[in-house]
Amino acid sequence: MTQENTAAPEFDYGLFSYDSKEQMLEKSKEFWNPGKTQFWIDSGVPLVIDRREEYFIYDMSGKRLIDAHLNGGTYNLGHRNPEVVQAVTMAMQHFDIGNHHFPSLARTALAEALIKTAPAGLSKVIYGSGGGEAIDIALKTARHATQKRKIVSIIKAYHGHTGLAVGTGDDRFSKLFLSDRPEEFPHVPFNDLEAMEDALRDRDVAAVIMETIPATYGFPLPNPGYLEAVKKLCEKYDALYIADEVQTGLMRTGELWGITKHGITPDILVTGKGISGGLYPIAAVLATEKAAGWLNEDGFGHISTFGGAELGCIAALKTLEVCSREETRSMVHYIADYVGQRLAAIQATYPDWFVGIRQNGVILGLEFAHPQGAKYVMRHLYENGVWAIFSTLDPRVLQYKPGILLKPEVAEEMLDRTELAIGKAYAEIRNERSA
Amino acid sequence: MSEMTFEPLMVEPAGVPRGRAMVERADWAARAYAKYDIATVNRIVDAAASALATRAQEFARDAVSETGFGVVEHKVLKNIACSTGIVETYRGQDFVSPEIDEVNKIVAIPRPAGVILALTPSTNPVATVSFKIILALMTRNSIIISPHPMAKKVCVAAAKAMSEAAVAAGAPDGIIQIVEDPSIPLINALMTDERTDVVVATGGTPVVRSAYRSGNPAIGVGPGNVPVLVDATADLAKTAARIIESKSFDNSILCTNESVVIAEEAIADKLLSAFAREGAYVLKDEERDAVRNTVFPEGHFNTKMVGKDAVWIAEKAGIKVPAKTKVLVAPFDLVVPEEPLAHEKLCPVLGFVRVPTATRGIDIARAVLRITGAGHSAAIHSANPELIMMFSAAVPVLRVSVNVGNSLGASGIQTNLAPTMTIGTGFAGRSSVGENLQPKHLINYTRLAYNADAREVMPSYAGLNPWSSPTGPVPSYPVASNEENYGFGSTSIRREPITQDVAELRDEIRKLIVEELHALIKN
Repeated sequence: MTQENTAAPEFDYGLFSYDSKEQMLEKSKEFWNPGKTQFWIDSGVPLVIDRREEYFIYDMSGKRLIDAHLNGGTYNLGHRNPEVVQAVTMAMQHFDIGNHHFPSLARTALAEALIKTAPAGLSKVIYGSGGGEAIDIALKTARHATQKRKIVSIIKAYHGHTGLAVGTGDDRFSKLFLSDRPEEFPHVPFNDLEAMEDALRDRDVAAVIMETIPATYGFPLPNPGYLEAVKKLCEKYDALYIADEVQTGLMRTGELWGITKHGITPDILVTGKGISGGLYPIAAVLATEKAAGWLNEDGFGHISTFGGAELGCIAALKTLEVCSREETRSMVHYIADYVGQRLAAIQATYPDWFVGIRQNGVILGLEFAHPQGAKYVMRHLYENGVWAIFSTLDPRVLQYKPGILLKPEVAEEMLDRTELAIGKAYAEIRNERSA
Repeated sequence: MSEMTFEPLMVEPAGVPRGRAMVERADWAARAYAKYDIATVNRIVDAAASALATRAQEFARDAVSETGFGVVEHKVLKNIACSTGIVETYRGQDFVSPEIDEVNKIVAIPRPAGVILALTPSTNPVATVSFKIILALMTRNSIIISPHPMAKKVCVAAAKAMSEAAVAAGAPDGIIQIVEDPSIPLINALMTDERTDVVVATGGTPVVRSAYRSGNPAIGVGPGNVPVLVDATADLAKTAARIIESKSFDNSILCTNESVVIAEEAIADKLLSAFAREGAYVLKDEERDAVRNTVFPEGHFNTKMVGKDAVWIAEKAGIKVPAKTKVLVAPFDLVVPEEPLAHEKLCPVLGFVRVPTATRGIDIARAVLRITGAGHSAAIHSANPELIMMFSAAVPVLRVSVNVGNSLGASGIQTNLAPTMTIGTGFAGRSSVGENLQPKHLINYTRLAYNADAREVMPSYAGLNPWSSPTGPVPSYPVASNEENYGFGSTSIRREPITQDVAELRDEIRKLIVEELHALIKN
């Protein structure tokens, strides 16, 4: 440190700068979000993401982390994927957000690409600017198509925080803002077909909305045949089936859309997060001709200035192309196989602590034998250079989501670090218990 | 049309990112395959070779029609020789299992290169693709093929057939990949990718040189320009038959086809007569000049001549030759760079030079190789071992075919050299490999070595093998972990048992190869 104040700030980002990480955290609390900022400091994960590339993120301190969180698949293709960066950069020479009132070059091109790669039967695309808005669009679309109001979701579901979406999720996020509407949004237990049938029996339900694997709940897997049976119940009781593929789509299960592994053609499919390439926000709703009737009745029915922003469409087009490649699919199968094998070996070392592996492709939930177990593991992972997050709605379970383009040597390193962290978290828990 | 034109920024050419994805996939596949045992490797190699051999005719025909050169029946032979033929050559050899040297207390564990990038030529398209795939599979490497653009369709079809058969026999997914739309930027990206473990380049000098410049380990092989010395002790009838058969093989597009015959004056006329009896047409001076101008207009080789037959070339030169003419023999006086006929010709035009003595012929052979082809191959027809030794020691090549046609002699099909489609030209030819490319060039060995002190005893390693057979598809399909067939290798592989039919087919193919080779040798 020099005594003069003219010294250049240590963290200079061009338009803004910080003198230190401490100063940055103080300002974060002062001007942005004190609750969230403090939470991570208290959790032992004082992460402020600075540099980022491939599957690596760097804290302001320079500490490197392998990203196995990827924000629910937002960084599926890695951070600042060069192909997506190039596509968007190039597009900025010609396009901007566009004008949602008019037919649009990029929106139409992306819609065509989405429909061509989607489960058969889906034929129209409606854009939002993020997953929550897309879920709202899906629910409104279902209500219009069925002229019914009720939406059934599962207990501990998470579909976003916007007006309607928040109603489908856990009370924690709706009651806070006096936005819970239990009469319109019944919640049923996951994997319980009887409860599902009870909810649908009165034929007053517009749609059932399901994440193909509920992410924020820690990826509990649908029982074999469960989703298929729910789809059948929907058909029986005239409700639409909405597949929330925000986290399970884009090749994360080893197929482009997770729902196709169940042989289900949903009436509506929602994609978000990863489709942005992690570079320009965009989300999309894919609907069957029958479900999407409002597009003919009143094409201005849902208006979104940023929904389907043309730069986002370009990011999405490139992302979709990369995800759809034969090579990418093959790599996901290799990564899933390798990660599964290594985790099984780690589990064999700590059978009383690391009690479960929930896996479908590169979507994994790791279960630990402690009510807050995943928070311990998360912290030790952080200390050992891996970033993976606990499940908000089931903190026993760690969300562990490797990238779909992960290189073998990075996968090996990630698992080496993970093995150590799981062991250290176990030691900490045992010390606490014996203390 | 909008007024503004859409000016893309600096953009990577199409296909380059896709090529990188192929290397990444190949990396995963190579890691998986490097753990396979010899039994599984043999099964995979057999399956891939049969997949090519059973369609040898179709691929030969398609190669000729796509590239416009070569001879279908000769390509059939090469396709078989480079698939099941190669497999038979190395049958019983093991490039997988650890080798134990109890006397020296050393155990050598084969270690595959990893990801092979194979550049293949237009002249020998399917045979080279097959050859390199078989070698890669034998040595547990994964391979990405970048075919010559002129032959890409047939190469893609051939590689896919072999890939499907290999995977069905248990090979890892993506073990064989082929670039469908090759371009210079794409090849460059593949060659320089740090995940590419070795580049095996067969083709023109620029391709080979750029492989060496890539910064990755490379095995490149240079061009040939084959001098053939015939001395007074040679059996002229046999010699003429062998040279003409060899020169006309596949319309002379191999790098091993004869380029210039150097005949001792005493037998030169008799040799020319013998050539004529074998179906060659000896050009008169003015005819030779016409052929020279046609094949090398203004001194530069006309690529339209590549692999065309002798009658077609004669017609282009305005010369009438008998309809069955196989080779045009072009006599000239002096082997110097400005004489086009002393260069590699890639078509059935054979240079012919007279020398007063056989010793003088050695100098002329060196002159041929000064132009191009150093390190490659030469031939000699003689009964005099002293001369043959002198010739071989003086001429800068790494293989000399003796009393045998060079096209199938140097490539090990009519000699006992390693059969190959890739001729290592060694230091003289600016290559890292001086032998015919063979499996051993694509592996290293990890050698575990005990203390040399006689009191330190190496325990028995017999029966120890780090490799295993996969118990299911590799990688396993990602079913959800709460489903029955989740896990690793719990699914049973679609592995065709060797049925009676397949066994018979294999025998049939073996017989076919042997017969065809015999027929060739008899000729």
